Amino acid sequence: MKYTYYPGCSLRGTGRAYEESLLAVFRALDIELEELEDWNCCGATTYLSVDELTSYALAARNLALAEREHRDVIAPCAACYLVLNKTQRYMHDYPDIKLVVTRALAAIGLTCEDHVRVRHPLDILLHEVGLKTIAEKVKIPLKGLKVAPYYGCQIVRPYATFDDQHNPTSMDRLLEACGAKIVYYPLKTRCCGGSQKGTLPEIGLDLIHYLLSEAQKNGAEVIATVCPLCQFNLECFQKEAGNHPPISMPVLYFTQLMALALGASAKTIGLQRSLVSIAPVLAKKEIAYA
Amino acid sequence: MPEIRSPGDGANREPPRVGVYVCHCGTNIAGTVDVKAVTEYAAKLPGVVVSRDYKYMCSDPGQALIQQDISEHNVNRVVVASCSPLLHEPTFRRVLSRAGINSFFLQMVNIREHVSWVHLDKQAATEKTKDLVRAAVRRVSLHKPLQKRRVPINPNVLVVGGGIAGIHAALTLADAGKQVYLVEREPTIGGHMAKFDKTFPTLDCAACILTPKMTSVGSHPHITLWTYSEIVKVEGYVGNYKVQVKRKPRYIHEDLCIGCQECITACVYKEGKTPDQFNLGLSKRKPVYLPFPQAVPQKVVIDPETCIQFKSGKCKKTCVEACGERQAIDFTQTEKFEEIEVGTIILATGFKTFDASRHPYYGYGRYPNVYTSLEVERLINAAGPTGGEVVLRDGTRPKSVGIIHCVGSRDANTNRWCSKVCCMYSLKLAHLIKERTGAEVYNFYIDMRTPGKGYEEFYDRLLDEGVHFVRGRVAEVSDWAVHPSEEGKLVIRAEDTLAAFVRRIPVDMVVLSVGLEPQADVQEVRRLFNISCSTEGWFLERHPKLAPVSTFTEGVYIAGACQGPKDIPDSVAQAGAAAAEALALIDAQFVELEPYTAFISEEECSGCKSCIPLCPYQAISFVEDKKKAAINEVLCKGCGTCVAACPSGSIQQNFFEDDEIFEEIEGVLAYA
Amino acid sequence: MRNRELTRPEKSQATFEPRIVAFFCNWCTYLAADLAGTSRMKYSPNVRVIRVMCSGRVDPQFVLDAFAHGADGVFIGGCHPGDCHYQEGNYKTLRRFHLLKRVLQQMGIEDERCRLEWISAAEADRVRSTINDMVEKVRALGPLDLIPTEDKVSAEEVAV
Repeated sequence: MKYTYYPGCSLRGTGRAYEESLLAVFRALDIELEELEDWNCCGATTYLSVDELTSYALAARNLALAEREHRDVIAPCAACYLVLNKTQRYMHDYPDIKLVVTRALAAIGLTCEDHVRVRHPLDILLHEVGLKTIAEKVKIPLKGLKVAPYYGCQIVRPYATFDDQHNPTSMDRLLEACGAKIVYYPLKTRCCGGSQKGTLPEIGLDLIHYLLSEAQKNGAEVIATVCPLCQFNLECFQKEAGNHPPISMPVLYFTQLMALALGASAKTIGLQRSLVSIAPVLAKKEIAYA
Repeated sequence: MPEIRSPGDGANREPPRVGVYVCHCGTNIAGTVDVKAVTEYAAKLPGVVVSRDYKYMCSDPGQALIQQDISEHNVNRVVVASCSPLLHEPTFRRVLSRAGINSFFLQMVNIREHVSWVHLDKQAATEKTKDLVRAAVRRVSLHKPLQKRRVPINPNVLVVGGGIAGIHAALTLADAGKQVYLVEREPTIGGHMAKFDKTFPTLDCAACILTPKMTSVGSHPHITLWTYSEIVKVEGYVGNYKVQVKRKPRYIHEDLCIGCQECITACVYKEGKTPDQFNLGLSKRKPVYLPFPQAVPQKVVIDPETCIQFKSGKCKKTCVEACGERQAIDFTQTEKFEEIEVGTIILATGFKTFDASRHPYYGYGRYPNVYTSLEVERLINAAGPTGGEVVLRDGTRPKSVGIIHCVGSRDANTNRWCSKVCCMYSLKLAHLIKERTGAEVYNFYIDMRTPGKGYEEFYDRLLDEGVHFVRGRVAEVSDWAVHPSEEGKLVIRAEDTLAAFVRRIPVDMVVLSVGLEPQADVQEVRRLFNISCSTEGWFLERHPKLAPVSTFTEGVYIAGACQGPKDIPDSVAQAGAAAAEALALIDAQFVELEPYTAFISEEECSGCKSCIPLCPYQAISFVEDKKKAAINEVLCKGCGTCVAACPSGSIQQNFFEDDEIFEEIEGVLAYA
Repeated sequence: MRNRELTRPEKSQATFEPRIVAFFCNWCTYLAADLAGTSRMKYSPNVRVIRVMCSGRVDPQFVLDAFAHGADGVFIGGCHPGDCHYQEGNYKTLRRFHLLKRVLQQMGIEDERCRLEWISAAEADRVRSTINDMVEKVRALGPLDLIPTEDKVSAEEVAV
C-alpha cells in the first residue's frame, strides 16, 4: 500500500505531534507514504472566508499535483480534508467555478481532471488495513484506557462517505482494536469553537467548557481528536474554560494512542509536546509504554 | 356491437366545409396569443367557411355558436382551438352530435396548455397557434365518420385495500346490491385507523366507529372478503377486468376457525417471542396469533417463520390438540390463486408512515424514549401493549413530553409535502397524554395547520388546557445535559421563533409526528393497474379538481391516502365518491369506448404476419384459408403499434390513419 | 408511399428558428406537456406536438416525412420502460428508433435532430428541459439542408 501524503500547514506547526504519530502508525502497519511534492496551502480558514475562488484554486493546485501520481491522497488535517473534498465537489457541480479554476491552473501549466481520491487516515486504517490486522499488530494494549472519541465538525460532514455523518464510529472501533474503552460521548461531532476563541472568546470558551465537562462526566481519561484545531482548543484553554474546578484532561491525537499501542516510543510520537501529560494516567493503568 | 365505422354516412362524400373556433379562455389564451389574427388567418385557409373567436368556447353560447354554424352554414368539419382535448373533446363532440353530424368530424387544437401557458413571446405563440390550426384544418378534412364502441359492464367490483377508505367503498357498493371483492394484504382489515384510540377533533373512539363497519364487511352477503391476499395480475379493460388474486396461506381453514383463540393459549410458547407488528413491536406475540381483538375476519394466523412445527417439524402441536375436532389448523396449506371478473376497480391502498430514523438529529432508534406518533397511538389505545397507559420503556409515567411536528414533512432533505394530518393528530395526542399522565406537554411546530370542521376550535381548546406551543423547527434531541435539571432527560433544542431565542427543553418522552408517505411498493401496484403516479409516488388522479377519484385508466378509481395525505373524513368522502363513480358506470350497464381500433384492408394485406407478435392483446390472428391477418375489434385497445409496423400499409387505425397524421405533420410544417 | 410536392423555403442561418415536430403519447408525455401548461412552465415555442395514442404508433415514415417537409428536428415522447399504457408499445418504439437512427445517419441527418425520451405524466419539467435542450442543440446545428437547391430531382426520392 502506498499513498500520496498531504501534510498541510498544521501538521508542520501546532500539530507536529499529529504528523509524528501518524507516520509512526503507518510505518508500523507497513504503509508507504510519499509526500506530495511542492504542496501549498489547502485554502482553508482564512482564504475560504475572504476569497472563495482563490481558496478553490489553491486546493485545486494540490489536487492537480496529486493527480500526476495516480494514487489516493491522504489528508490527515480535518480542514484540509474538507477543503480538498469540497473543491472537488464544487468543481464537479458548478461549471462556473470549474471554468475559473481551470483557467487559473492553466496559467501555471496544470490541469485538474477530478480523478484523485482525497481520503482520511480513519478511512484508510479502518477500510484498507482493517481492525483485524491492527489488533494483531498491537504490542502494548491500552488496557481499557477510557477514551472520549471526538470527531469535530469537519471530518464526516458533509462530504465523507466512510462513516455515519451523525454518529461516526470509525475512531471508536480503531481505538477499541488497540484495547481502549470508548466512553459514551454524545458531543462527538459538536463544534470545538474553531477560531472563535480568537474572535468571540466567550462563545468559543463556552463550547470548550461543555466538551470538556461532558467527557469528564462520562468518565473519560483522555480525549482523542482527529483535528489539529480541536486538539489545540481543547488542550490550551482548559484553565479558562470555566469548569469548577478546572478540568485537566489529556487531549491526544487518535494516532498518538494508536502509535503507543503499536509500540512506538513516546518521544517519537510527540507525547512530550502535550500541555497536559498523559503519563500519570498511563502509569495508573500500568500501561508500560516504550 | 354496432359498427365503428359508418361507411354509409353521406357527410363523408361531401366536400369539407370547415368551421374554425378559436377560444380566448378569458385572458388565459388571449393574453399570449393574438386570437383575432389567428381567426383571420384561419378564415383564409382552403376549405374553411367560417372562422370565429369567442371568449369561452366551452360555455353554452360558445357551443350554440358552433351548432348554429353547422345548421346555417352547412359546416361539416369543426376545428376548436382551445384547451387540451383531454379536457373538452367530449364537450365539443357532443355539440357535433346535437347538430346532427358525426362527432368525430372534430379536431381539437391545444393552444392553452401547449401554447399560451408555456410561452411568453406573443408573436411566436401566435405563429405556433397558426401552424397548429392549419394542421388541424387539413387533418379534419380527412376525418371519417366513426361510432363509439359499446361494451357491457360487469357489475362486480374489486376493492383493493381494507383500510377505512376500502371498507367504506365496499360497504357502499354492497349495500347497493353489487357483488364486491375486498382484497387486503394484512390478515385483518382495519388499516391504520384500527390502530388509533381516539379520532380528532371529536375524540370519539376509533374502535367504536370502525368496528361496526368492519363487522358489516365480514358478514355482508354481497362482500367476498379475502384478507392476507394480494392482486397479482390484472387483464382486460373497463367493464371487463380479469383479476388474479394470490391468497397467502394462513395455515388455518378460514371456514372452520371460529376465532375462539384456544390455540393461542395452548401454544407451546408460554409467552410471545416475536415483535408484534400491529403494536409496532411494542409487545410480543406468539407464532399463532390474532392481530388484534376486533380483527375481521376473526381467524387466527400462523407465522411459519417462528412456528416450531415449521422450523423443526417436532412440535407437540398443542394448538392442534386445543382446536380439537374443528381441525381448523392445517400445516400443509399452500398459497392459492383465485380468478375473478369485475367491471370496475377501486384502489384504496393507503400510505406508510415516515421512517423516523431517516432524521438522525432526533435520535429515533438511539434514545429509547423517542417514539413515533403511531407508537404512541398504540400506547394510548386501551387494547394496546400497555393497556392504554402512557409509560416510558421502563414503565414509569413521563412528567414532561415533547411532540415534534413535521418529521418527514415540509423538509427539503426528506419529503417536501405537508402531510396534512400531523398537526391535528399531534394536538389529539397532546390532549390524550395530558389527560392520562398530567405531564407537561410541549408542541414544537413550524405552522399550525388546522383547516377543517371543528379543527381550529380543537386547537383553541388545547391552548386553554395549558399545552405548550413553541413555534420553531427542532434542531436536535439529545441526552446531553448542560444543567443539572437536564440530567437523565432528553433535551429538545429549538429556536423559538416567536420569542427569538434558542430554547433547551428537557423532557422524559419525545414523540415524533411522522409524515405520510406512499406505500413502498406503489410502483409495482400502479403498473399492475396501469395507472400513473405523481413524482412523489401518490396515485395520479385524472384531474386534480374535477376528477379527483378517477384515473387515466377507465374503470379504475382511487380513494383515500394512496392519492395523497388525507384524514379520515376526507378518505371516507373519497371512498364514497369512488363508489358512486363505479355505481354510475354499472348502472349505465354499458360503457362507450373510443373507436380508435385498428382494422385491416384485406385486399392489401400480404399475409406476412409481421403484425401478429406485436399485439400484446392477441387481437390479431391469421386466417389460414384467406392467408390474411384479421383484427378482433373487441380485443384491440387501439395503440396503433401494428399499424406503424405493417410493411404494406394495409393496417389502419381509426382516427389515427396514416393520411390523417401525414396531413397533420405536413400541416404544421407547411409555410403559409 | 406518399409523393407530395415539397415546399421548402430558403432558410438562412441568421434568422433561423428551429422547427421541431413532436409525437407525444396520449398517456404520458402529452399529459406531462399539459401539466407543464397548468404549472405555467416556460419553454421554447419551436415545437409542434402531434398526439398519438402510443409512441408505438409512430411510424418511422412519420419521422422521415417530417424531415422531408422542413422539420429541423423530431422528438418522440413515450412512457418509461415497463409503464406503457398498452403493455409494451414503447419497447416496439425503441426497437424501431434504433433502426431509424441508422437510416438517418446514412442520410446525413445528425444524431441530435431525432430524439426519443421517456417522460411520465408527472414529469412536466422534463418536457420543458428536453424541449429547451433540443431546440438549442438543433439551433447550433443550423437548418437541416436535406436537398441541395441544384438537385431538385431527388426530392421525390427523399419524400418516400
